[in-house]
Amino acid sequence: MNQAAIRWISGPVLRAVTRDPFTIQEAVLVGGKGILGEVIRMQEDEITVQLFEDGTGLRPGDPVTGHGLPLSVRLGPDILGNIFDGLLRTLGGEERDFLRPGQMALPVVHFHFTPLAEPGRILKGGDPLGSVQPANKAGKEQLILIPPDRAGEVLWIAPAAEYDTNATLCQLRDHHGQTQTITMCHFWPVRRPRPVARRLPVGPPLLTGQRVLDTLFPVARGGKAMVPGGFGTGKTVLLETIAKWCDADVIVYLGCGERGNEMAGVLDEFPKLEDPRSGRPLMERMVVIANTSNMPVAAREASVYTGITVAEYFRDQGLKVALMADSTSRWAEALREVSGRLGELPGEAGYPAYLSTRLAEFYERASRVITLSGKNGSLTVMGAVSPPSSDFSEPVTIQTKRYVRNFWALDRKRAQARFYPAIDPITSYSEDADSLAAWWSQEGAPAWAIQRRRLLTLLEEQTRLERMARILGKDALPPGQRLTLLCAELVNDGFLRQSAFSVKDRHASPRKQIRMLALLIRFMERAEAAVTNGLSVERIAAQPIMRRLQRMGEEIDDTELERFDELDALLEADFSALVGTDGQEQQP
Amino acid sequence: MTIQADLYLEQAVTRIEGPLLFVRRLVEVGLNDAVEVIGIDGRTRLGRVAAVDETVMTIETLDTTSGLSMAGTRIRLIGEPVTFALGPGILGRVFDGVGRVADGGPPVAAQIKSPIDGAIINPLRRAKPEDFIETGISAIDLLDSLVRGQKLPIFSAGGLPHNRLAVEIALHARLRSTRDEPFAIVFAGIGVPYDQAERFRRTLEEGGALGHTALFLNLASDSSAQRLLTPRFALTAAEYLAYHEGRHVLVIMTDMTNYCEALREVSASHGEIPSRKGYPGYMYSDLATLYERAGRIHGRAGSVTQIPILTMPADDITHPIPDLTGYITEGQITLDRKLDRAGIHPPIGVLPSLSRLMKDGIGAGFTHPDHPALANQLYAAYARTMGIRLLAGVVGADGLTRTDRLFLEFGERFEHRFIAQPDGPRTLEQSMALGWELLKPLPDTELSRLSDAQIQHHLRAGN
Repeated sequence: MNQAAIRWISGPVLRAVTRDPFTIQEAVLVGGKGILGEVIRMQEDEITVQLFEDGTGLRPGDPVTGHGLPLSVRLGPDILGNIFDGLLRTLGGEERDFLRPGQMALPVVHFHFTPLAEPGRILKGGDPLGSVQPANKAGKEQLILIPPDRAGEVLWIAPAAEYDTNATLCQLRDHHGQTQTITMCHFWPVRRPRPVARRLPVGPPLLTGQRVLDTLFPVARGGKAMVPGGFGTGKTVLLETIAKWCDADVIVYLGCGERGNEMAGVLDEFPKLEDPRSGRPLMERMVVIANTSNMPVAAREASVYTGITVAEYFRDQGLKVALMADSTSRWAEALREVSGRLGELPGEAGYPAYLSTRLAEFYERASRVITLSGKNGSLTVMGAVSPPSSDFSEPVTIQTKRYVRNFWALDRKRAQARFYPAIDPITSYSEDADSLAAWWSQEGAPAWAIQRRRLLTLLEEQTRLERMARILGKDALPPGQRLTLLCAELVNDGFLRQSAFSVKDRHASPRKQIRMLALLIRFMERAEAAVTNGLSVERIAAQPIMRRLQRMGEEIDDTELERFDELDALLEADFSALVGTDGQEQQP
Repeated sequence: MTIQADLYLEQAVTRIEGPLLFVRRLVEVGLNDAVEVIGIDGRTRLGRVAAVDETVMTIETLDTTSGLSMAGTRIRLIGEPVTFALGPGILGRVFDGVGRVADGGPPVAAQIKSPIDGAIINPLRRAKPEDFIETGISAIDLLDSLVRGQKLPIFSAGGLPHNRLAVEIALHARLRSTRDEPFAIVFAGIGVPYDQAERFRRTLEEGGALGHTALFLNLASDSSAQRLLTPRFALTAAEYLAYHEGRHVLVIMTDMTNYCEALREVSASHGEIPSRKGYPGYMYSDLATLYERAGRIHGRAGSVTQIPILTMPADDITHPIPDLTGYITEGQITLDRKLDRAGIHPPIGVLPSLSRLMKDGIGAGFTHPDHPALANQLYAAYARTMGIRLLAGVVGADGLTRTDRLFLEFGERFEHRFIAQPDGPRTLEQSMALGWELLKPLPDTELSRLSDAQIQHHLRAGN
């Protein structure tokens, strides 16, 4: 144990005098309350410590203690379904209304353990030791793996029974002949990526249930996406919606420097919602890490590492994991603040020069892998970015863009018209899309890639024509172009807009998306043919099918896809009628 | 050694520099402890311990150091961080920016002392804000509803009637439930001119609200360091009224721009590296420690709802002050100069306004099942109108289609009949009826946010 005594303190930084061998980035506890901090600099007999919490009341002479370990978090089955602060300390332990600095007692949780190994077996890091389920059965079954840095021969393993999270479950003899005890939990340093056997290219799509994402800008499992948007454009609602409906096994929701009331909303809503696949409360697959904006900045800097370490822990069990980080800009600002405090030379906009490296390190931890025990696991990362003044040319947006493959830009104009999700189809892109066409083809949409491309071109064309109409007037456009505008509006209204709060519309299965897309494409083909034959665009716009197509997302549920047949029929009927009457008009 | 409360230090100051005093540390003190600095002029200045080492402590005065000398200055050590002594008697009273009685009356009988920095509400213990507050203003009630525990700022600019709007909200805000729950207003004037502070006090008095209001006035002539404390004292009072007395507290803070200016000034005097436009890099975190004090807590009766008011420098919503505020608060009500010029009151610019918590407080079980769809459709139609106005400005009304012209008419009526309220406050029912009325002339195909049943029931019935 390393010991030091405070010599000087100001704000969140202190200097302490010591003779012990502290290491850089070693986690320390300060003062009688045990306030958490980290060693950030050393000089002669003095260490400089940055506090993760408010140091009010500390004074010279107070003790600083370290155990030689870098900032680490305790990983175990009791994480799932719970809420933590940025340093993975539970917020539920003592049910306190207000948070005070210092250590909190951990609640003791019991799990039913079933062994999956027997004495004499040689286990290496990442091998399954057993499985656990919460004693009250409210929660998923999880695997207990040998921590990545341990290995050895099983000397003893606990029989199937109920244990608390601190109980010894197994004793291993390692290659030094030493006995190691294994419990359900282990510590892992947050800034160190957890090892895997092999990395794989990104895989099938992570289905979000959001049409504009799945169809236009899909993200693959193990991929990474960024969501930049000014305030009020719907970043948080989008990430929350994905957290609710995407087809991951475990969701890590990281509120980094965001609002406390939003966290309250998540905690209020998620336990009431059901996972459409398992029928269990959505909260059971969630881990919420809440570093609200009024919590200390240094802890905010650590919280993204905490989040991704937790996500890797579940990935290592062979699960599909998705991490939502809202917002990475707050993290970057925390880096800037800490860097400024250390007197480092500032780079662009005051951010430290290593901002880009840190972002790269974070996003590189998104991965699809073969785990140490040979399973398939994936970790998909989605990060919100809050550019100051909605200026997408600021450092965090630019640097993040270099490392992510998917760019979901939010557009203020759309948000102001309450058009959600306000993803701008012109500036957003997905680099994963090409590799996902095969998957959609298997799902019954062989033309997916072509249809997708068609929608994107249509929307691009709309922007160009609207610019033109602003000079010439809409009436001056030829019928073909007026039809393009009509179709683009229909695609926006009937396909891209999706209500996160409508029970039927909040989640669209791939099959529903395929049906909707096919209908729209057919409408465009029929309308184009009709207009070529001289029919007026205004007549088409007045057809009953228009309103049904505008509202099909909200009117037809995932479970009643056969109702799209009715729309198919209505579409055909409308156009036959139109072409019929039109023929008569033209004859005399 | 233990901390020694109420100790005086004399002849200990070794250096005075700007707002900072360097003092020999003859007794034990802790970081952030409050002190009083008493000069030979007899004036008491509030301060706190900003840094401490084995021999010297640095004291930051929250007032001017002008008039202090090395020799005659006495330091009184309080032995704990800056606190505010609170009791039920704070209602109906006027305080200065640092919580001292300023209405000539007797001191307030204190029941508890609370540190003014407050404590962080455990996110897990927060109750979700969902009680709809009716303000009587259609553009807020119907389109950007306010709920208890929310922080909803007003983004204004010089010359716009934000203070009038704030008073109107304070006087008319009511819950739709029949429960009779105690209500209180905490008003913090931050760097306001004297006449404005006085006008506010008078309006509240005439409206009969002064009896349940605590007023904190930091005048434009007070020191910048004090300006940083004013919202903290006000919010500490609000938390006391909410969580100890069980009241629903509406906190109005005006003008947050003055607060941020003071923050910039104090940061510069500390020699910190400035960030955007000279404001300190920690302005986001600093504002968050104020705004995040809005909320409700499970198992406690009261709530703290905040309406901070800020004036956007040069009407610029991308300026760091409104920008950072918008990232922390749960939406914003934006005032529009064009509407104000057209004589529309309240001049609420609907499109850039937003209430994030609205979805939790409206609809079935809260207001009316069709409230969300109606609000959505009005937004969509008004956004469409704005696009068409732009077009009409270039090509003239002749280049527009018939539907486009219907939208232009809708826009006129929306601004002059719906946003404008010459007839005073409206109930939500009146606002909704007016909203449906405005949508009637638009064709069905343009009402994609409404269901067939909603169109039939509200717009086409009886036709």
